[in-house]
Amino acid sequence: MSLVFAGVASHAPGITGREERAPRAQRDAFYAAYEAMRVALDAARPDAVMIVAAEHFANFFMNNMPAYAVGMSDEYDGPIEDPEWLRIPHRVIKGDADLSQRLIRGLLDHVDVAYAEEWRFDHGIMVPLHFLDPDNRYTVIPGNINCQGPPLTPLHRAWAFGEAIRAAADALPERIALIGTGGISHWPATPDSGRINEAWDRAFLDKWVANDKAAMLAYTDEDTYRDAGQGGFEIRTFIATAAAARGKGTLLHYAPIPIYAVGCTAATMEIV
Amino acid sequence: MSLYQLSKLLYTLNRDESAKQRFRDAPAALLDDYRLTAEERAAVLAPDIGLLYVLGVNGQLLMHFAALCQIEWSDYLQQMRDGVKRHGPVRAGIYAMTTSPDEKVAG
Repeated sequence: MSLVFAGVASHAPGITGREERAPRAQRDAFYAAYEAMRVALDAARPDAVMIVAAEHFANFFMNNMPAYAVGMSDEYDGPIEDPEWLRIPHRVIKGDADLSQRLIRGLLDHVDVAYAEEWRFDHGIMVPLHFLDPDNRYTVIPGNINCQGPPLTPLHRAWAFGEAIRAAADALPERIALIGTGGISHWPATPDSGRINEAWDRAFLDKWVANDKAAMLAYTDEDTYRDAGQGGFEIRTFIATAAAARGKGTLLHYAPIPIYAVGCTAATMEIV
Repeated sequence: MSLYQLSKLLYTLNRDESAKQRFRDAPAALLDDYRLTAEERAAVLAPDIGLLYVLGVNGQLLMHFAALCQIEWSDYLQQMRDGVKRHGPVRAGIYAMTTSPDEKVAG
């Protein structure tokens, strides 16, 4: 039928794995925003949820790194990390190879993507799923934008990927939801973990909420690396989501939580 | 320096249960499958998280290797800082430290 829901959310592993080390009120406020997003997603009655994340060498490595990849399997599993470390129990997640294949055919009309018939979800998908699909009900289509191993896809191509998702989803009879996960500024897994550039984040989110394509595509990786860390490269998932949705965003939550290593974000975007 | 080989070893350890088992049972034999320098090999076997960080291992790989080695989060962060103090700045990659070795950001 169409794209029926779009949103973005943080996926940092500390959100679950170190949940008790944040001030309780900060944690609860962010968790409540994720819950509000879950309710909104549920109300959109999606037949499948496409989660476009920026994975961290769980499935894709520098021996054969796709700039863009989409899963095409009837079944996935995760987390690939130690479930006790991430504090998310292992689960098998429903996929739909036939739906994926039809979606991928639509994408290929516009952009080149790799497909993967095997995919083990890391925290980039599992943390959002933990909050948005606690009962493991949804059919999931994983997507990935390489934000880890340079050279990285340019931002204008991330936009084109999002536009292609919209065109492909609109041509399907199924109701598709899209969730982009990642960043914004952060220096994860380094000694700087916990450093967050709140001003940079808020400026980016203003542009995202306004769906200001020109402003979002004006960032350079050089500037992003300097001001927002290597974690900032994950703005690609936000940009793709904005390109697919075309509308204005609603910021449900933004607050830096240093022990989670990220400015914790949840937002939805109108489909126009 | 063979950072790619070193990174591939840690990537494999993160996702392959049989590699994890080999790492526990006979780590030296597992490492023979990768073309590592003596410094890289010693850093994995120790394990010397600080040196691996300085050698340029991507934090997303190193974080999980540290967890595999039962190194707690705060200790992981401290061992990277100590590594920079001992071995100098990060030599490659996109995970260089931007704060000073004595600074503690969070955790």
